[in-house]
Amino acid sequence: MTIALTDVTKIYQMGDTTVHALAGVTLSINEGEFVAIIGPSGSGKSTLMNILGCLDWPTSGSYRLAGQEVASMNDDQLALARNKRIGFVFQNFNLLPRMSSLQNVALPLVYAGVSKQERQKRAAAALASVGLGERMEHRPNELSGGQRQRVAIARALVGDPAIIIADEPTGNLDTKSSIEIMDIFCHLNGQGRMVILVTHEPDIADYARRVIHVRDGLILNDEVKQGVTGCSGKVS
Amino acid sequence: MFWESVLIAFEGLRANKLRSALTMLGIIIGVGAVVSLVSLGMGVQQKVQKSIASLGSNLIVVMPGASKAAGVAHSAAGSNITLTNQDAKAIAKEISGVAHVVPSVSGTFQVIAGGQNWNTSVQGTTTEILYIRDYKVGSGTFFTNSDDESRARVAVIGQTVATNLFSGSDPIGQTIRIGKAPFRVIGVLESKGQSSMGQDQDDIILVPITTAQDRLIGQTYVNNINIQAESEQVLDKVQEDITSLLRTRHHLAAKADDDFTVRNLTAIMETMKESTSALTLFLGGVAAISLLVGGIGIMNIMLVSVTERTREIGIRKALGATFRNILLQFLIEAIVVSVTGGLIGILLGVGGSYAISKVASMETVVSSAAIIGAFGVSVFIGLFFGIYPARKAALLDPIDALRYE
Repeated sequence: MTIALTDVTKIYQMGDTTVHALAGVTLSINEGEFVAIIGPSGSGKSTLMNILGCLDWPTSGSYRLAGQEVASMNDDQLALARNKRIGFVFQNFNLLPRMSSLQNVALPLVYAGVSKQERQKRAAAALASVGLGERMEHRPNELSGGQRQRVAIARALVGDPAIIIADEPTGNLDTKSSIEIMDIFCHLNGQGRMVILVTHEPDIADYARRVIHVRDGLILNDEVKQGVTGCSGKVS
Repeated sequence: MFWESVLIAFEGLRANKLRSALTMLGIIIGVGAVVSLVSLGMGVQQKVQKSIASLGSNLIVVMPGASKAAGVAHSAAGSNITLTNQDAKAIAKEISGVAHVVPSVSGTFQVIAGGQNWNTSVQGTTTEILYIRDYKVGSGTFFTNSDDESRARVAVIGQTVATNLFSGSDPIGQTIRIGKAPFRVIGVLESKGQSSMGQDQDDIILVPITTAQDRLIGQTYVNNINIQAESEQVLDKVQEDITSLLRTRHHLAAKADDDFTVRNLTAIMETMKESTSALTLFLGGVAAISLLVGGIGIMNIMLVSVTERTREIGIRKALGATFRNILLQFLIEAIVVSVTGGLIGILLGVGGSYAISKVASMETVVSSAAIIGAFGVSVFIGLFFGIYPARKAALLDPIDALRYE
């Protein structure tokens, strides 16, 4: 599954001022790539992530997700794409506080129409794969930041999506937890999933083989590192 | 998916127990009020219907005096002396389809027996009153037509009179003084209890009409004539025939107004029935307003809930929830509140109407129609007042919702 953006713009109207969050981005990412989108705040990287994640629509230009034009999809089709093809990981975890880890992880499967038994099984497997097999009945407030983010990652991959989009996934974590989380992303990428990482930290971007610099709504630089880089260089 | 949404809704309600309970309270009170007040109104209605039945069917009443448009007998001075015993006899003789004709006079007298005295209504009537007014002789006998012809001083007394004058001892054969005239008690009526107007129907003395006219009241005319028609089909015909007969007998010119009023009792009772249904409707209406207020309470809380859970909605949408999923979740939440409240309200309303009948000794009829109706309305209220907040939630833009603090 590949994604392709052609001359995508996004314009917001904020009161009297018009904000060009994206000023014409052309970009394609292939199956199984590990890409970091890096840029300072206000650079448009979050807008780019939202569009890639089918949470937002371009003002103009074309976005093809696995060959399908996103602009031509209706709300339900977008919801389906978010449910089946994309897994989100957010900076502030965005777990539902009243639910256990297991229920949180199983949530996308509820909307996918998976039976309860099957949901439990798959959610438990996803939690185990991020090393939280012991914490299934805990609520988010009973977990550490690193653990919460791992629950969020388990939730992102429980539907077995081809694309994982992570928005500053280590932004609220200490160094040790950050390394653990990045290792998980490397592992997911190793399974052949496309991982798109949005960050402003060069350290984190270093995990990716391909780094895209964004500034003022434009792609400044799109470099693919050669040699022993990305996860292979980081994971000991 | 539907049951999932129901479960999610219950989770949401459980998370805010106090708030959910208070929201429900509006519906509980509304439904409870509808059920109990309607059952109260139905109780009154039933009582009226019973008293209609006790009055006997197919009754026509002729009263002196012209009627006004509203159907109320209007007795102008001097106009109440137009009906006589002979009118009654003529009706019985000349009009077909008449089963019984009972003329009567009445007055209030002081009645003395031994050392006791009692003020009561004395009615002069004929034997046939037993057929049309549902009186039954409990002990002793009723007076006969020959008593009537001979103006015998015999009386049949009601239970209340018997209790107050004789307090336990057998009144049969005893002598009572009605006004100044002595009467022999020959019978006691069976108790009939209160009428629909709250009148004690046992506080009465019946005497032969001629006796009453000559020896008590001293009048030659009658206060009214009760006529029972043979069937409902002939009722209107009989009513018309009576009118034309009495007009002829009273020598009224073609353009002159009637000097009497013929009323069909069934029609009067119909009107009473209508007014009691109106009462039921009114009570139900007042209660329905509180149900409406309860519904608005649901909407209010649902709107707060949607705002409060904007972020949750954003997360759910990012994970693939569709418009329908979110709409259903909040709609079901509103319906769960209103239906649960409705069920509790029904229990409360049924309990309340029992309490009313026990404490206030008023008749109540718990109607299944009111229960089903109130339940249906509470479901509808959940839907109606839930749809706007639910739609608002489902229409939230996922990015805005996720950014919401």
